[in-house]
Amino acid sequence: MTSSYRPPSGAAPRAREIWRGALGLTVLTLAGFGALYALAGVGIGQLLFPAAANGSLIERDGVVIGSALVAQPFVGDAYFQPRPSAAGFDPLALAGSNQARTHPDLRARLQETRDAIARREGVPAASVPADLATQSGSGIDPHISPQAAAIQVARVARARGLARDVVERLVASHTEAAQFGWLGQPRVHVLNLNRALDALPPARPPVFAQGGAA
Amino acid sequence: MSEPFLLLALLVALGWPLGRYLAAVMRAEPMRGDRFFGWLERPLYAALGTRPETGMGWRAYAAAFLASNLLLGTVVWIIFMTQAWLPLNPDAIPNMRWDLALHTMVSFLTNTNQQHYSGQAQLSYLAQMTGVVGLQVVTPVMGLALAAATLRGLCGGRQAPGRPPGGVPADAHADVGNYWADVIRATLRFVLPLCLAWSALLTWQGVPATLAGGPLATPIDAAATLKEQKIPLGPVAPLVAIKQLGSNGGGWYGPNSAVPLENPTPLSDFLEVLAIGLIPVSIVFMIGPFTGRRRFGAMVFGTMLLMSVISTGLALWSEGHSASAADLALMEGKEVRLGTDASALWAALTTQVNNGSVNAMLDSTAPLTGLVAMVNMLINAIWGGVGCGLQQFIVYLLLAVFLAGLMTGRTPELFGRKIEGPEVKLLAVLILLQPLVILGFTAAALAIPGLAGTSSPGFHGLSQVFYEYVSAFANNGSGFEGLGDGTVWWNLSCTVALIAGRYPALVIPLAIAARLAAKRRAPEGPGTLAIETPTFALTLIGIVIILTLLQFMPVLVLGPVADHLALGSLIAR
Repeated sequence: MTSSYRPPSGAAPRAREIWRGALGLTVLTLAGFGALYALAGVGIGQLLFPAAANGSLIERDGVVIGSALVAQPFVGDAYFQPRPSAAGFDPLALAGSNQARTHPDLRARLQETRDAIARREGVPAASVPADLATQSGSGIDPHISPQAAAIQVARVARARGLARDVVERLVASHTEAAQFGWLGQPRVHVLNLNRALDALPPARPPVFAQGGAA
Repeated sequence: MSEPFLLLALLVALGWPLGRYLAAVMRAEPMRGDRFFGWLERPLYAALGTRPETGMGWRAYAAAFLASNLLLGTVVWIIFMTQAWLPLNPDAIPNMRWDLALHTMVSFLTNTNQQHYSGQAQLSYLAQMTGVVGLQVVTPVMGLALAAATLRGLCGGRQAPGRPPGGVPADAHADVGNYWADVIRATLRFVLPLCLAWSALLTWQGVPATLAGGPLATPIDAAATLKEQKIPLGPVAPLVAIKQLGSNGGGWYGPNSAVPLENPTPLSDFLEVLAIGLIPVSIVFMIGPFTGRRRFGAMVFGTMLLMSVISTGLALWSEGHSASAADLALMEGKEVRLGTDASALWAALTTQVNNGSVNAMLDSTAPLTGLVAMVNMLINAIWGGVGCGLQQFIVYLLLAVFLAGLMTGRTPELFGRKIEGPEVKLLAVLILLQPLVILGFTAAALAIPGLAGTSSPGFHGLSQVFYEYVSAFANNGSGFEGLGDGTVWWNLSCTVALIAGRYPALVIPLAIAARLAAKRRAPEGPGTLAIETPTFALTLIGIVIILTLLQFMPVLVLGPVADHLALGSLIAR
């Protein structure tokens, strides 16, 4: 090493050497650091965790009905409803509202949404939790808080002709605690909960139109 | 609330060994992986036409940095504008308009990742994998290389192996290292192994990693208006890994790490926030072993840690534990699985380390949280981005040495070399450039009708415009995204701010360091200003705060502070 060491010269750097290095680094960056590295990351992911690497898709009878990581719109009374979406649940238009706390439109929308939820669920407006009245950051938040699920239990049970405690037990079994007890927040996965509802055997003869899709 | 403490503990526990390893990499010390990495590196050096042991003066080093940026940027710009005709575009995404492509290219080239586009709809897989990921990998390493070269200069230049230490002759240029070797060694031996590990961890938690196009799903509730739902996928995990590790921030999807596909669980959130801080903290731990001045490294660490703890504490309080947390709007723009504290922690750390990723929409956070984020970016050296954070810190350090020297009546000198008129003039250029660019553009955008594109009336509109330029100049990349920033004005003015915030801040400290290295070294004695002390660290913090307030107090009061006061009256009603 010592013998090959060359100290820098005071002369101006030679342009040809520099552009040759720049060209080499450009190719190396795009093909190596970019494409090859990304391919390696894809390869490792596909090898170790194929289901997750392919988007955590949920299939029913061979048809993709969604992803565990993408919220779906639910409007029927027989379903638990997700948080409002600023993107209309379209993953190609993902967005939050990006409205400021002081924006008059945001204040008006929150009031309106909260009152509508309160009427639908038959609860006082003050007991509507903040997450159910607000739009998420991504527009496809798959979760709601346990409180947001709790105020919807009575309506869902009524629409499906199920006993309230059956629905409550189902919600409880789909409630995830904070991870390891200290990361994130407790939450309920809306799509999985609604699928579990659909999979329940009808408790009474299906007098209601939607009673038990199975 | 234990998350911030665990994060800090892990950053120190992992950053310390990683910093020692990084110092060995940058000093080209013999190490265990030499056989494998040497086998990878030798053909690359041959292709670039360089020999790693060949030294460069600061001019050659800076010229190599600028030339490689120019060429790389041009090629990526062309890829963005022609992606529709190139392979690996399963979702048939069209070409990008020239001004948007220019802004996007410069934004990634400057390690900023400010996004005026939505990745899942406007970039092909090829453009993401080469242009975006390639730049996300190499630009932080370029920053690191410049910082390493500056440190070498401050310590008198790299010594030939086997030669006795002692400054260079006054007529020679100090050897600040070999740019090509610095970039290649740090990428292959340090950054890419970390990225592959993080990519695997993130896929484990649910982040997609595939080359197949996204499927069309048929939602369950037929009564809803959405009849089919396209699930956008791609090689997301490797991009998210380097996006977080390399102080980048540009996500695959528009709303970034708020999207469950980029950040599926609270654990993935913790892994990502750890990655955000990891390399910037490691670089601070690198200083001691790299320069052989352990007390100096400790002073830098202590200074940055103190600023970081204060700023993070303020953000956590403002978002989740102040009066405005009782607002019904608290969860607007946030995700249920993450919650308020994880969002505030993320907002604080990302703006401290120059990483533009978000896991909650900053436009909808409490105004004071936005204020903390702005001040973090204006300081830009609380850890700071990979490499550029240390460069900015060195600017503050030289300024503090100069001012403290004046106040105590001692010759201002750093490591035995005098700081004189020409060096201080170069510093002044850097210090003045920031308010000129940020305030100048903010004023122009607001004064000329039709330019600003703000979505908020009142004080918050000012915050939106100011934040965008602060973020561009700081090379952070986050934004108050309600702003309509997809216009030619925003693309071009931000391009100027991005360039002005990147290249002078990296090159001028190197030039100053090389000037210092060429000076005769006076022995450090009892008359020397002791910079490796808590007193000096507090002086430095004081100077940083006074400087920032002097320049930006009026706009901060008119923007976020006034917004906060207005919000108070809204919640009370």
